[in-house]
Amino acid sequence: MEEPRIGVYVCHCGTNIAGTVNVEEVAKYAETLPHVVVSRHYPYTCSDPGQDLIKNDIKELGVNRVVVASCSPRLHEKTFQGALREAGLNPYLFQMANIREHCSWLHESSPELTEKAKRMVRAAVNRVARHASLEIRGVPIFPATLVVGGGIAGITAALEIANSNHMVYLVEREPSIGGHMAQFDKTFPTLDCAACILTPKMTEVARHPFIRVLTYSEVVGISGYVGNFRVKIRRKPRYVDEGKCIGCLVCQEKCPWTALSEFDAGIRKRKAIYVPFAQAVPNIPVIDTEHCAYFLKGKCRACEKFCEANAINFEQSELIFELDVGNIIIATGFDTFDASSMSQYGYGRYPNVFTSIEFERLCSPTGPTEGHIILADGRQPDSVAIVHCVGSRDKNYHEYCSRVCCMHALKYSHLIKEKTNAEVYQMYIDMRCFGKSYEEFYDRIQKEGINFIRGKVAKITDEARSEEEKGKLIVIVEDTLLGTMLRVPVDMVILCVALEPRKDANEVAQLFHLGRSADGFFLERHPKLDPVATMSEGILIAGCCQGPKDIPDSVAQASAAAARALAMIARGKIEVPATTSSIDETKCSGCRICNLLCPYDAIFYDAEAKVSRINQVLCQGCGVCAAACPSGAITHNYFTADEIAAEIEGVLA
Amino acid sequence: MEVLSPYKEARDLVIETGGEPLKLCYQCGLCTGICPWNLVRSFVVRRIMHEAQLGATNFGSEDVWTCVTCRACVQRCPRGVEIIDVMRAIRRAVASLGLGVVPDALRISAKNIAGVGNPLGEAPEKRNDWAKDLKVKKFTSGTKILYFPCCVPSYDPDVKTVARATATILSKLGIDYGLIDTQTKCCGESIRKAGHEDIFQSLAQNNINLFTSNDVKTVVVSSPHCYHTFKNEYPELGGKFEVMHATQYLASLIENGKLKLSKDVKKKVIYSDPCYLGRHNSIYDEPRKVLQSIPGLELIEFPDAREEGLCCGGGGGRIWMDTPKGERFSDIRVEQAVRKGADIIAVACPYCFLNYRDSVLSMGKAETLQVKDVAELVAQAV
Repeated sequence: MEEPRIGVYVCHCGTNIAGTVNVEEVAKYAETLPHVVVSRHYPYTCSDPGQDLIKNDIKELGVNRVVVASCSPRLHEKTFQGALREAGLNPYLFQMANIREHCSWLHESSPELTEKAKRMVRAAVNRVARHASLEIRGVPIFPATLVVGGGIAGITAALEIANSNHMVYLVEREPSIGGHMAQFDKTFPTLDCAACILTPKMTEVARHPFIRVLTYSEVVGISGYVGNFRVKIRRKPRYVDEGKCIGCLVCQEKCPWTALSEFDAGIRKRKAIYVPFAQAVPNIPVIDTEHCAYFLKGKCRACEKFCEANAINFEQSELIFELDVGNIIIATGFDTFDASSMSQYGYGRYPNVFTSIEFERLCSPTGPTEGHIILADGRQPDSVAIVHCVGSRDKNYHEYCSRVCCMHALKYSHLIKEKTNAEVYQMYIDMRCFGKSYEEFYDRIQKEGINFIRGKVAKITDEARSEEEKGKLIVIVEDTLLGTMLRVPVDMVILCVALEPRKDANEVAQLFHLGRSADGFFLERHPKLDPVATMSEGILIAGCCQGPKDIPDSVAQASAAAARALAMIARGKIEVPATTSSIDETKCSGCRICNLLCPYDAIFYDAEAKVSRINQVLCQGCGVCAAACPSGAITHNYFTADEIAAEIEGVLA
Repeated sequence: MEVLSPYKEARDLVIETGGEPLKLCYQCGLCTGICPWNLVRSFVVRRIMHEAQLGATNFGSEDVWTCVTCRACVQRCPRGVEIIDVMRAIRRAVASLGLGVVPDALRISAKNIAGVGNPLGEAPEKRNDWAKDLKVKKFTSGTKILYFPCCVPSYDPDVKTVARATATILSKLGIDYGLIDTQTKCCGESIRKAGHEDIFQSLAQNNINLFTSNDVKTVVVSSPHCYHTFKNEYPELGGKFEVMHATQYLASLIENGKLKLSKDVKKKVIYSDPCYLGRHNSIYDEPRKVLQSIPGLELIEFPDAREEGLCCGGGGGRIWMDTPKGERFSDIRVEQAVRKGADIIAVACPYCFLNYRDSVLSMGKAETLQVKDVAELVAQAV
């Protein structure tokens, strides 16, 4: 190795360091250390002039190793490494001594503090003399992207990426794309019809040359690493030949067997062979084997009889195939809270207590009542109560706020007023109208004469205490603004139920190595600054699977995830950090202790060669394997035993 | 317009005893909505919480003493506010800091408990007299089970039947049990809820010393209030023994075949969940199992049962206070029982016993509706 020529730069950091540490003394002391050819102190070394100091010394004085004694490397390591690079020096010939967070910020000023800073600088100088140049490598990536979930978030992400002429595979487990948004009637705050703004996007996705839509399919396996994922897809059998089906839906008409419609939130029936809704994409039916008489008892086959295209195929089997993708975007959406666990609200006991999603279907022109708001017995309601926070903001169920319910409650008020003459009551705790045009929407709805009662509903009962309560549902609540108890008799109750993670969020999280936050939704890398990335490189999340949110925010996150994926696709390769570990196969005994310890599953055992190998792309340089190897066969770049020992000697000398 | 000047000592005492969760109250009003008082009058629990948050509690108000500590509110509070602890803290501030006046009836009961160890003011030596002719032995070190009936069955001439029925069953089965020395005092659960912390501490210390020095390992109690304090409050003061409510013990004896019920009790029996077995300690099934094991007995339920059960009105020290007619929860329960065609209201708590007895009498239902403890019904079936 060449003779080290070390440059030491002691930063004042304004008064942050200089206020308690004598930086001049430290710089003077550094001059006396072995291999140090120049030692300076400067007020703000991270600034342009500060960095120029370092760059000039590299060019003019032949400095080939740099120590900066300043703040935490988490803050400016990359800044100074950039400066080294610009001056033509390998960025790993660099060490920071954190004399701010680890020294000056911890103690009152004293001579011992300066001595501590000196020790830290000596340790850094010792270490950097042993640093070797390390190279950052690039690994090529697959340009295709997998989007899991075909709701508005998945659809948006798919279109964004596909419009850059890169391939997208959109996997959706239901027979049609569209997600929950397809179930809604009008959307707040514009009162756009959900289907009217969604279906054009659905057809765009279906027609797009760069999107391959895989409905009625699931991801069942994943291997590989960022930029190089291999995913295993299982396409469930529709028992309908997609090549032959012409979408006439006579099979659905003729099928005598029924089941509860998932799309209609269980308030209507569908057939055993069905498309979930009329605007389904693709418009190809599916046979539900749990309700089809042929699959249950070997009977019927009416669909086959009436199909003019001969598209029914009871022998169809599932298809398992693999796809190579570079990025994965998880957009699997949400489920709603089951209100029957709150027995005081009578959901499931009283036929006129509905959840929000059931009410969407009642309001929707494609729903069971063709958009008429009617009670279980067919009458129009004279009065409706909308109950906020059912399962949300409640430590007994979900502590979080579901974010969209205050707004959709206002929307329901409007739709009820539009379609009926009913009196509308909103039982709320707060009115959360935070978004663009949301407060104005609240304004507009209040003008329609809605009754707002501030209080969390205690109970809903049908036990009448007077004539006017007979035949009604009575909502019992304290009006906290009046400070009195109220019994509010109504015909219909709508429960604003919480948005929850999907029932199989656990399985999905395990499959894709996703973390979960305390509320059960998928964990983002940073709640403020990185909401679409996850701890796994190359796997992104978007929409309600990350947390409850409205359509504008789901779309925004989906576009953000698409942009992140496109950034990697545009680079064409990913950079492998140089600080990875590698195994010297001549020393490896094949004990495999490192395999089990690696938190990133980056170490593989080669059974033929009887040694372990580290995948340089998956390795995140944590060093656990290097520390644990009983044969000392693993070298952790940038953290070799040599380098660390030198640093320790520098502190203790 | 008032200047908001929180009484800091009071607020701090309330938060210290009422617990940090009070700060989390977001004033949703669910507590008011669910509180049984609002079936009969206005009692705005939520407002009391907010006053406590601001240190603006009205210590002189009668409402300081209204709460029956039934736990309906705590059970459903979305923020986990310990409302009962807040009520207790306010009462403590009145009782110990003299910030208000303790109601007369409560003052007398407190004086009795402090003086002679029971709220009725009866002589301590007479505590075990109810068992005089039943030949129940005195508990000594080595006796397997301590039977602790509670002051009410020990002294009240009507409720005595509960203790006698329980003892009769235990003796008949040859169980090794005894009654503790009459130096024992009231368990202290209710007087503590009524804010008299000092009295509670001295009662608990007395009982813990007495039980420990007699090597008590297992206690069977007839009152859910004794159950609650022995199980949940005595351990941190050094009282560590196994506690069972009589219905739990009877259920286990039936389950392992030791207690066989062969005589018919052909009655329609409606079971009233005591707040301190149910909502406070999640014991709902054992009393029902016991009743269902009685041959000929038809068990029916109140429309609001188990977690939603209506309090009889006796908790929080209110058993010693007067509740005006028209505001009595037990009256509502009696109406419900009559509407359901019940012959007997089955209780598992001496306070419920007293309250339902009074309601049945005052409503003129004594001919058609009886009040019996679960133990009494079991004794009839043995």
